Amino acid sequence: MTDNNGEGRLSLPPWIKTTVLTIGSIAVTMLGLLFITFIIGRVMPIDPVLAIVGERASQSTYDAVYLELGLDKPLVVQFLYYLWDVLHLDFGTSLLNARPVSEDIARVFPATLELATLGIFIGIVLGVPLGVLAAVRKGSWIDQIARVLALVGYSMPIFWLGLMGLLIFYGILGWVGGPGRVGIFYVDVVPSVTGLILVDAAIDGNWNVFKDAFSHIILPASLLGYFSLAYISRMTRSFMLEQLSAEYVTTARVKGMSEWDVVWKHAFKNIRVQLITVIALSYANLLEGSVLTEIIFSWPGIGSYITTALLSADMNAVLGGTVVVGLIFILLNIFSDLLYKVFDPRAR
Amino acid sequence: MDKLLDIENLWVKFPTRQGVFDAVRGVSFTLGRERLGIVGESGSGKSMTGRAILRLIRPPGIVDADHISLEGVDLLKKSEKEMRAVRGQRISMVMQDPKFSLNPVMTIGNQIIEAYRLHSKTSKSAAYAKSLEMLEAVSIRDPERVMRAYPHEMSGGMGQRIMIAMMLIPNPEILIADEPTSALDVSVQRQVLDIMDKLVKERGMGLIFISHDLNLVADFCDRVLIMYAGRIVEVCRADKLHEAKHPYTQGLLNSLPRLDAPKDRLDVLKRDPVWSEAPSVSGRT
Amino acid sequence: MADQTLKEWLLTDTPTSRRHAKLSALYTGWLTFRSNTMAMIGLGILVLLIVIAAAAPILSPHDPFVQDLGNRLAPLGTEGHIFGTDSLGRDILSRLIYGARITLYIVALVALIAPVAGLLVGTVSGYAGGWVDVVLMRITDIFLAFPRLVLALAFVAALGAGIENAVLAISLTAWPPYARIARAETLTIRSSDYIAAIRLQGAGALRIITKHIWPLCISSLIVRVTLDMAGIILAAAGLGFLGLGAQPPSPEWGAMISEGRRFILDHWWVATMPGLAIFTVSLAFNLLGDGLRDVLDPKAGE
Repeated sequence: MTDNNGEGRLSLPPWIKTTVLTIGSIAVTMLGLLFITFIIGRVMPIDPVLAIVGERASQSTYDAVYLELGLDKPLVVQFLYYLWDVLHLDFGTSLLNARPVSEDIARVFPATLELATLGIFIGIVLGVPLGVLAAVRKGSWIDQIARVLALVGYSMPIFWLGLMGLLIFYGILGWVGGPGRVGIFYVDVVPSVTGLILVDAAIDGNWNVFKDAFSHIILPASLLGYFSLAYISRMTRSFMLEQLSAEYVTTARVKGMSEWDVVWKHAFKNIRVQLITVIALSYANLLEGSVLTEIIFSWPGIGSYITTALLSADMNAVLGGTVVVGLIFILLNIFSDLLYKVFDPRAR
Repeated sequence: MDKLLDIENLWVKFPTRQGVFDAVRGVSFTLGRERLGIVGESGSGKSMTGRAILRLIRPPGIVDADHISLEGVDLLKKSEKEMRAVRGQRISMVMQDPKFSLNPVMTIGNQIIEAYRLHSKTSKSAAYAKSLEMLEAVSIRDPERVMRAYPHEMSGGMGQRIMIAMMLIPNPEILIADEPTSALDVSVQRQVLDIMDKLVKERGMGLIFISHDLNLVADFCDRVLIMYAGRIVEVCRADKLHEAKHPYTQGLLNSLPRLDAPKDRLDVLKRDPVWSEAPSVSGRT
Repeated sequence: MADQTLKEWLLTDTPTSRRHAKLSALYTGWLTFRSNTMAMIGLGILVLLIVIAAAAPILSPHDPFVQDLGNRLAPLGTEGHIFGTDSLGRDILSRLIYGARITLYIVALVALIAPVAGLLVGTVSGYAGGWVDVVLMRITDIFLAFPRLVLALAFVAALGAGIENAVLAISLTAWPPYARIARAETLTIRSSDYIAAIRLQGAGALRIITKHIWPLCISSLIVRVTLDMAGIILAAAGLGFLGLGAQPPSPEWGAMISEGRRFILDHWWVATMPGLAIFTVSLAFNLLGDGLRDVLDPKAGE
């Protein structure tokens, strides 16, 4: 319980120092992210002015817009303008529908959130126990199955597996709903409160919509769940193997504990921290993986939004979407760092 | 002296790609209410012997013996579930380094209470009181604070005393101490040993003390088994250790500096391949 | 008999020269690798892929670009079109065979660009230390913080669609992990005694980095590159699928799936076959990577 950190040179308590350092590094990372998107926006071969005013605009209109966008200023100043706008959640207007990009993103984001969250839920619920079992019964048939599942998951193109899933479970077996979030009869039936259609339907008490929405989300969510399962189970297995060979596990056995308790009450408690990092990472990857999945399932989320914008060269929308996804990545990292401190007494 | 433990012809085998490796080869000994030392260099099979008694050798390792009898009942014939009632409650073990043998993410209190409640159905508060009492018995001051603390907040000596408290709280008949002081500072080694000795004596337990430190064992134990390459090469009373006959034991003794007979140059141990081929000496009484 | 002596020569415990020692180490590594069946299967698939790509004009039964609208969407096993034909009547098998060339091209380019860039950044960062290290590692962290596919999308959007731009975009998102690895290796090597000895002999920073640090970073980088290969193939196929990679009529596998997607319910084979091809190749790279890791970097296994 002694405090060895007092170096005498710095009178600040250590936690202030680490907090300042953490906030500083987050700020730098965010700045860098915005700088990269800014640069991408600038090297873009499309003339942003032309994109707004159209080909047939007069020179004076062109110049007016040119000045309005601040394109006559030096790059540094333009970057500062950009920062200022982003700080106010202003990503410009979409060239496609002339609405603010931030509004569009707020509208499509819940769809992605719903899909990715259900996906990671499936991934955790199946992946963690599978990984633990594979480690406990190392070399057994269950370990082999886990290995093959992971290997296939790492090697499979997600959009192709999605197509195959649609073909088999929707086209041939008819077990699940087709593309989209709900069938056409149920579109806009329940009022949008949270934007998460399952939650909205439950709030409204409209179980027909709930069932239909569930039959639509289950296939893409299982697909995303499978890919996170591949990663989560693999990492869980290697973390568990490391812990199971630790001496405190022997101590627990010496006490006379059952193997089940040794595994879950002792070894598993020690991998929670690492597991949280892995889960945060694969959640972030799901948000990204949903880009391709959303296309396959015509899911109106942020992935579809970015891709559609891309194909129509709507750069404001692309960059806005990229910044939002990037910020979520960073936030998830911070979040997992914070949980780290909760679960590991040594990190406090 | 009544026999607590009777082991005959114990083998521990590990199948490897190059064939089966025999870590322990036909070891026999008994343990009464005494302090039995097992001495040997690393790899001599002394730790494996300790773990084999508790049947803690994990697959693919194999434990094989004519019998490992605890007060007449063969442990090898017990099911895994029956074995769990033996571990902790009747035979317990203290390991080398408390840094690794205590669970880093559980409070010390929870770990001790858990050890107690696994074998006696008592309320949490009774277990808590019993744990405090046990921590006091291993000379820990301010046990309430220690109960709330995590292992990384403890020094090595405290950690090992906590480990002893945790392992003795179900009141076992036999304690296996596997190099219990090797990871500790020299200054606290003696203190930990004295506490362990006192508790073992008070409770009339049998102690198996595994160590590589010949002098320590000679000092601390009643009887000593010397192991080499998975076999027992010599058995003798601890106070007669300096009269040991086996060349390996003599070699070990001669390679240690002695205050009463200083030497300019210590002997280097010369190994004879014959030693590892010779049959194991029985440590049964 | 001569074979026997060669084997003994290779397996010796007492090599007679540096080259002998090197060859001997290589041979024992190969023996370990060969005992790993799965890795050998992976290697076999990849060798086959290279052969197919090289011999594409000989192997493919049809011209991959010739359209035959009268015979469009022919099913599997059609006379002369084992894998059927696509929506424009082109032979799917032939397109798959030519597509192998594009896949290999992309993989080879990314495997050249990304690790080399990472190696440069990482070794300079690790060797120079100080503020150079801080700045370079911050940049690396920023790139790592980005969602890779989304960043690649944004890059392609800025640069324009096409294979070369897709390669560039993937490389831009793939280099940071290599930089991290190279930096870590450099830090351990830099402080070793023999580097100090070389420095005392008057070697400059450039010489130390290129002659002494780089060669030691290579093996861990190779393992990482092989394991990343599958991800690179999937990313390239994903970009192709989105219409941002190879452009039609190029027989890129991802783009072929995209074409077949419209007919998935009635003519499933059009999208299925290229997907299987992508899966087989990336599986092969994963198997090979696992095997190589066991040989070159045994600690990282398990």
